[in-house]
Amino acid sequence: MTGPLLSVRGVRKVFPLVQPLWRSLRGLPPPAVHALNGVSLEVARGETLGIVGESGCGKSTLARCLVRLWDVDDGQILFEGQDIGGLKGPARRAFNRRVQMIFQDPYSSLNPRMRVRQILAEALSVHRMRPAAEIPARIAELLDLVRLPADAADRFPHEFSGGQRQRIGIARALAVEPEVIVADELVSALDVSVQAQVVNLLLQLQERLNLTVVFVAHDLRLVRHISHRVAVMYLGRVVELAPTEVLFSAPAHPYTRALLAAAPELDPARRTTRAATRGELPSPLDLPKGCLFATRCPLAFDRCHAERPEPTPRWPGHLAACHLPELPAQSQDRP
Amino acid sequence: MSAPVLSVRALRTTFATPRGAVAAVDDVSFDLHQGEVLGLVGESGSGKSITLRSVMRLVPPPGRITGEVIWQGRDLLTLDPPALRRVRGGEIAMIFQEPMTALNPVLPVGLQITENLQAHTGLTAAERQRRAVELFDLVGIPGAARRLGDYPHQFSGGMRQRVMIAIALASNPRLLLADEPTTALDVTIQDQILKLILDLRRDLGMSVIFVTHDLGVVAATCDRIAVMYAGRLIETGSVAGVFARPAHAYTRGLLGSVPRAGAERAPLLSIEGTPPALADIPPGCAFAPRCALAEPACRAARPALAAVGDGHHSACLRAADVLAQGGVLP
Repeated sequence: MTGPLLSVRGVRKVFPLVQPLWRSLRGLPPPAVHALNGVSLEVARGETLGIVGESGCGKSTLARCLVRLWDVDDGQILFEGQDIGGLKGPARRAFNRRVQMIFQDPYSSLNPRMRVRQILAEALSVHRMRPAAEIPARIAELLDLVRLPADAADRFPHEFSGGQRQRIGIARALAVEPEVIVADELVSALDVSVQAQVVNLLLQLQERLNLTVVFVAHDLRLVRHISHRVAVMYLGRVVELAPTEVLFSAPAHPYTRALLAAAPELDPARRTTRAATRGELPSPLDLPKGCLFATRCPLAFDRCHAERPEPTPRWPGHLAACHLPELPAQSQDRP
Repeated sequence: MSAPVLSVRALRTTFATPRGAVAAVDDVSFDLHQGEVLGLVGESGSGKSITLRSVMRLVPPPGRITGEVIWQGRDLLTLDPPALRRVRGGEIAMIFQEPMTALNPVLPVGLQITENLQAHTGLTAAERQRRAVELFDLVGIPGAARRLGDYPHQFSGGMRQRVMIAIALASNPRLLLADEPTTALDVTIQDQILKLILDLRRDLGMSVIFVTHDLGVVAATCDRIAVMYAGRLIETGSVAGVFARPAHAYTRGLLGSVPRAGAERAPLLSIEGTPPALADIPPGCAFAPRCALAEPACRAARPALAAVGDGHHSACLRAADVLAQGGVLP
C-alpha cells in the first residue's frame, strides 16, 4: 500500500477582520475568524472522502485550501508527499491540473459571456492538453461523457438548467484529466430529482476514470450515499472521522450523534418528538477554550470546558475528538 | 370526520405575460382539518409557494386568482379588504423562508410583535409588552425581556425564524401557513424549529400547511401530503400511505431520488429530464415526457385525481401499475 494521495496536517486558517480603533487603543489583539483550527486528515487514491458539517464549520474553507485557492496559515497540505504551499512554476501548474474543484453555484461559476465550447477549450489550451486541431473532438467527447447533447457546445450557460450547468462544471473539471476532484456542495442548489441524476453521473465517472473525490456537503443522506469515509467538522475541527457505515451506525462523538438524530428520517414511522440539540454554534471570533462542542453537548463535564480533546483512535480507521472513551447508550426517544 | 377548517376548490392562479397567461397554479383542490399538518411538496417552479400565497390572496398583480378558498364559511377570494385584513395575520398567520427579508430590519423585533398585537387584539400597551415576552419564551428565545429591543440583524438565522414564529403566533392564529420555514437553516437548528412548530400545533390546536421540497421534513412533521408538479396536484394522501405505496410515477421517482441507507454508492432511482416551463406545459399529463410508464393516453387528456385507496388520490392513468411496483423505501 502506497502513502495517501493527499494529507492534511494540522492546518489552520484565520481570516483577520478590520480592527476597530478602540480595540487597538486598548492593545487588544485584532479580531479574526478562526475558520480552520488544526485539521488533519488523509485521502487515499481512488476513494471518496465525505466532509460534512453545518454552515460555518470550515468545510468550504478546507476545500479551497485543498486546491490551493487559499494558502494555509499553519500546518501543511501534502500532495503525493509534497507540500503544495511550496510548489512553484511548472510544478504548481501540474498540481492545478491534477487537482480540480467543482463549485456549488452553477450560476456564478461559469462565465455568462462564454459559450460552452470556449469554456471547455480554455481549460484544454491553458494546460496544453491537446493540439488545437484535436480540441473540437475532445469537446464532443467531454459533452458525451457528462451526457449533454452535442449542440450544447455552441450555447451560453444561461440557456441551460441548473443540473445541466453543473454538468458543464463537471466537464470543465474533467477536461484537464485530473486525478482528484474536490466538489463543494456539488448538488445542493439542485432539485431532488436532478440531484439524483448528477450524483449517479459522479459515481459512474469516478468508476470509469478512477478519480479520487473529496465530497463536501451538508446533506448527511447524500454524503452517506457517496462516501467511503466521512469526516465530520465542527467549528474548524474534524471531530470524527470513520468509514461511512461505522460513522452512521456507531458514532463516537456526541456532535455526530446529534447531527444524525437531527436529520429528518425518511420513514414517517420513525418520527421523534424531542429536538436533538439545544443552543447554537458559538461565534468563530471567540472560540471556547475547551472542547468546541462543550457549550451544546448534553454529556459535557468539567474537563471538556478546560481542555480541548485531540482526535484519538477508537477502532482501526476511526478517530474521534472526545474526552469520553465511549458514549453512554442513547436515551429512548421513539414515541 | 369533522368538517374541514379550510376548503380550497379549483384554485387557479395565472400571471399575464407577453406570451399570454401562464398558470402557476392550476385546478388545485384540497381540504384541511382541525389540528392537521398538511405537507405541500414539489420541486422549484411546481407552484407550491404560489398556492400558499393564493390562499392568503398574497399574489400581486399581474397575478390573478380564481376558484374558492372557504375559511369558516367565507370565501377569502371574495372577502372585502377590511375583513380580509382581520383574517390575515389574525386567524391565519404565515411564516416565510427568509426571516431576514420578512422582518423589518429597521424596527426592533419587540415592536414588530406588538404591532401585530395592536392590530388583532384589544390588549393595552402594558399587556402587549407582557404578551410579547410570553411569546418569546414560548418559541424558546433566551432572555426574552432583554431581547425585545434588539434588531433582526442581532439574531442568528434560527433565532430570526423563532422571532417570525412569535410574530405569527401573536394573534393566536387557527391556521399557520409555513413556506419553507427551515430551508435556510442548518440541520440541528431545523430540527429545533420543526419540533417547536409541532409542539405549538399540539398546545394551541392549530392547523398547519407546510410547504417544502424536503421529503425528510414531510416524513418528520406532516400528517398528510399533497404533491405538486407543474402547478397541479398529482397525488394526495396520508404521509405513511404515500411514502409506503406511492401511486404516481413522479412521487415514486421523487422518493427514489433521495439517497437511503443500505444502498450506498448504488445508482439512485432518478427522474430523467427536467420539469417543463410553465408557459410550455405539454397537453395531457404534464409528467408524461419524463415518465417511463407513459402511454399514448397519458399524452391525450389530463388525468384527474382519482381515489386509489383510503383517502389516497392520484392523478395518474397508470396508478395501478405504479402501486404494483411497490414502495421504494426499505
